[in-house]
Amino acid sequence: MKLHVRMVFEAIVLSLCVLALSSCSKDPWNNPNPANPKGLVTYQSVISPAPPKHLDPVISYATDESIFIMQIYEPLLGYHFLKRPYELQPLAAESMPEVTYLDTEGNSIALGEGEIAFTRYTLRVRKDEHFQPHPSFAKNASGEPLYLFSSAEEGQQYKTVPDFPETGSRPVTANDYAYQIKRLADPVNISPMLGFMSQHIVGMSELSRELGDVERDGWLNLNDYDLTGVEVVDDQTLVITIKKNYPQFVYWLSMHFFAPVAPEVDRFYKNPGFAQRNLTLDWWPVGSGPFMLVKNDPNTEIILERNPNFREDYYPSEGAPGDAEAGYLDDAGKRLPFIDRAVYRLEKEVLPLWTKFLQGYYDRSGEVHANTNGFFDQAFVVGPEGLEAAPELADHGITVSIDVKPSLYYYGFNMRDPVLGGYTDEKRKLRKALQIAFNAEEYINIFYKGNGIVAQSPLPPGIPGYFPGKAGTNPQVYDWVDGKRERKSIEHAKALLVEAGYPNGRDARTGEPLKIFIDVQSQAISNPMMNWMDRQFAQIGVQVEYRPADWNRTREKYLTGNTQIFSHGWLADYPDPENFLFLLHSPESPLVCKCDGTNNANYASDEYDEAFRAMRIMPPGPERDVEVAKMVKLFQDDAVWLYAFTPKEIYLNNAWVYNTKRHGIDKGTLKYIRLDAEMRARKQAEWNQPVTWPLYAGALLVFALLVPGVTAYRRRQRATAR
Amino acid sequence: MFAYIVRRLLYAIPILIGVNLLTFTLFFVVNSPDDMAVSQLGAKYVTPEAIQNWKVKNGYDKPLFLNSEEGGVGTITDTIFFTKSVKLFAFDFGRSESGRDITSDISVRMWPSLAVALPTFLVGIWVNICVALMVVMFHATRLDRWTVFVFVGLMSISYLFYIIGGQYMVAKTWRLVPISGFDAQGQVWKFLILPVLVGVIAGIGAGARWYRTLFLEEANQDYVRTARAKGCSEITILFRHILPNALIPILTGVVVLIPTLFMGSLLIESFFGIPGLGSYMLDAIRSQDFAIVRSMVFIGSILYITGLILTDISYTWADPRVRLN
Repeated sequence: MKLHVRMVFEAIVLSLCVLALSSCSKDPWNNPNPANPKGLVTYQSVISPAPPKHLDPVISYATDESIFIMQIYEPLLGYHFLKRPYELQPLAAESMPEVTYLDTEGNSIALGEGEIAFTRYTLRVRKDEHFQPHPSFAKNASGEPLYLFSSAEEGQQYKTVPDFPETGSRPVTANDYAYQIKRLADPVNISPMLGFMSQHIVGMSELSRELGDVERDGWLNLNDYDLTGVEVVDDQTLVITIKKNYPQFVYWLSMHFFAPVAPEVDRFYKNPGFAQRNLTLDWWPVGSGPFMLVKNDPNTEIILERNPNFREDYYPSEGAPGDAEAGYLDDAGKRLPFIDRAVYRLEKEVLPLWTKFLQGYYDRSGEVHANTNGFFDQAFVVGPEGLEAAPELADHGITVSIDVKPSLYYYGFNMRDPVLGGYTDEKRKLRKALQIAFNAEEYINIFYKGNGIVAQSPLPPGIPGYFPGKAGTNPQVYDWVDGKRERKSIEHAKALLVEAGYPNGRDARTGEPLKIFIDVQSQAISNPMMNWMDRQFAQIGVQVEYRPADWNRTREKYLTGNTQIFSHGWLADYPDPENFLFLLHSPESPLVCKCDGTNNANYASDEYDEAFRAMRIMPPGPERDVEVAKMVKLFQDDAVWLYAFTPKEIYLNNAWVYNTKRHGIDKGTLKYIRLDAEMRARKQAEWNQPVTWPLYAGALLVFALLVPGVTAYRRRQRATAR
Repeated sequence: MFAYIVRRLLYAIPILIGVNLLTFTLFFVVNSPDDMAVSQLGAKYVTPEAIQNWKVKNGYDKPLFLNSEEGGVGTITDTIFFTKSVKLFAFDFGRSESGRDITSDISVRMWPSLAVALPTFLVGIWVNICVALMVVMFHATRLDRWTVFVFVGLMSISYLFYIIGGQYMVAKTWRLVPISGFDAQGQVWKFLILPVLVGVIAGIGAGARWYRTLFLEEANQDYVRTARAKGCSEITILFRHILPNALIPILTGVVVLIPTLFMGSLLIESFFGIPGLGSYMLDAIRSQDFAIVRSMVFIGSILYITGLILTDISYTWADPRVRLN
């Protein structure tokens, strides 16, 4: 036994020596990032909380998928990185599209000259646009595609795209854009945009039906099918014809639904057996953007690398006011992209994500989800001077990027509800009383730490028609007093209730108390929120009952109009008032369209609809502004929503990350990110030296337990029978 | 024994059908095929045609259990339940609702699950048995009473506390290991230390206390007194006499778990970023991916049944008197 004790003691001492020696090493023990194999400048980021499900530009329709797709593909148009309000600019196109209006005979007409039957967009693709290196473009000596297989067994050695030894490339042509639009029409791809685009692009529904009837065996060459509204004039020129006049169509051209997909790529992924190995365009996108996908393991990480064939592109030289002072123009005129590689690791929980960011292992605190968690609250305080870091983080040099996306979260009234809905003066007054009682500013301060802007209309900041100050104030809920907005008094709300037939919150006819029902998704409300709302409405004698449900049940309620007050949100697809005002367009009501319409308030106003239809086809200008203002006034007078706000999202950047300005719409901004990799390595080593005393303490504890244990055992062994 | 195993395997078929039926019913009580379509297509601009198109492509355009429009066998076979279930029995799991091949995903993800679960399982059993034997050795002393008190305390603490506490102290405060991740190419061990440590410590309370009870039953047997009277050391008595005789109940609880180690742990994998089958299941539930949920429940059932059969077989090894007839 003595031997055993000595051996254990020696083992512990030896382990402690090894620990002591290894703790002298400069490499942190807790570094979760593997060494960069090629010494490339690598951006370390995060996917959270779930991996992307689709990377096919015709299928995907989620922000957390766009952060990959928009780095890999380059649509014809894009947004200026810095300018605000958001500004469209050519991306893969040589210039902005040439727009021609046509009558029913196909003759060109000027805007306002007659009824527009069709609108034609002519676009020219840049000549220096090339696809990334990819095996689908590799050819054999006779010029035939190298990787076309007749059976699943032939190509079974290839599990991922990097497994293919040969790659090729070619210039992007107009036909690649046309091919993608045909993919959008193909019902096999189940594009979420098919229904919507069929309403606009000429011939899309017909092509969709035709393709739906085709018997398929492997790849279907969509070049063999015509789409009336899409014409490839030559390698560079693409003409898209849409029905009537829909000026917002130009914004859709900046989205990945209109990114180029080469027919060779589509054919390559239709090789037998490829889908069984997840070798699909949905998982291995192929584009002409600044980066290309080199690893797609949605379980752990997604890695992008610089596309060697990316065209010449330069950092912008102009920006919004304040950008120069913020350093966003320091890299003006420099060649893009700045980084060589971007690694996105999957993090499902907040603690590991946050800890790794603070340890310097993630360059930014997130990509599409802002910091509103408890850990963030411990480290930062939103004070009068803005965001203040906790003392232990003060020397980290963390910078803050505020993102005010063109979005709205709101509680709406169901205008068909027999109690709160309707368009009589009494009903309007009742809703206005509730609007006044719901102190939205306090709500945001308490539950969102002040990170939100209370909406006065359905138009958030950054959208034409939004006005700060007095001009943008909802006069039904606020007064403008001494140069600032002031919510109307509770007494005013009570007076409105009296006029609405509910004095002191009781029905004047029956004497019954007024009870309102709020339908909300379970995860979107908490007990403190409910308690707070109870108190707000209790000020005017109104009782509240909550009906939380999961998304499926909530959706059912929308579809059947079985709500009274409901919660909803909207994130704009493009920065145009049309994309918000259509939320109240009566045909969008689920009860009217018998579909998942967006007008869950079931608001129906002929005047509003008329103004909306007029505004929708107008070019930007004073006339359009008048129509927008008319709709905003109707929204305010009819008191359609209880309250609404635009969240201000906070993202944090470590000190070595530059050009971090957030773009509320465009996700293809990775190419602008610049890193100081040397500073990052230095800071990581400095912040992550291991604390080794717990190891020594643990070893000593084991030893301390072992010695008396062994002693007691030996005493017991030596003891005589009692 | 062969006949016994064949019989048990045949019993498994109705069990698997029942489990599948239950999973199917529970899933479609809260999700309709329309809900699944909207969830996959996104919440914006979803037209009824798009929903119908999604259902047709994914085979959800049929009735759930009975197709009254079809006659004869078609009433049963031309339904979502039948078409989605029958392939499972041929181990054809098909594709997830997002289009990925489930078999391929499972074959990749089972190894990280095993990498965490196996060492946690083995080290856990070893630690629990050693601790329990030590406590038995000091039975009816103050050490025994205090240890039981500590066991109950350990059992009372939530598993989440061990995970978050472990991450906070070991990875965040002391910076000894990465807080999460799984580097399959390089130093996997670095990422396994903390989840294994947390798994083992979290299991000590319940495990060691259970084993202590089993060992105490044996410690009072006549053969132990005889061994002691012969002059055997306490170590020999514990490991050579008590442990083998207490194996049957230990095997009952342990062997059944061995096949299910492949399935991973929902919490550990989620918090430590382990890309295993536990987090695969969790993601599927969150995204309403019925194809994955159904496949995972089916595999889980098979592995559990396998575990039960292995348990029975292990009895014959632990106790030669046991015969499987």
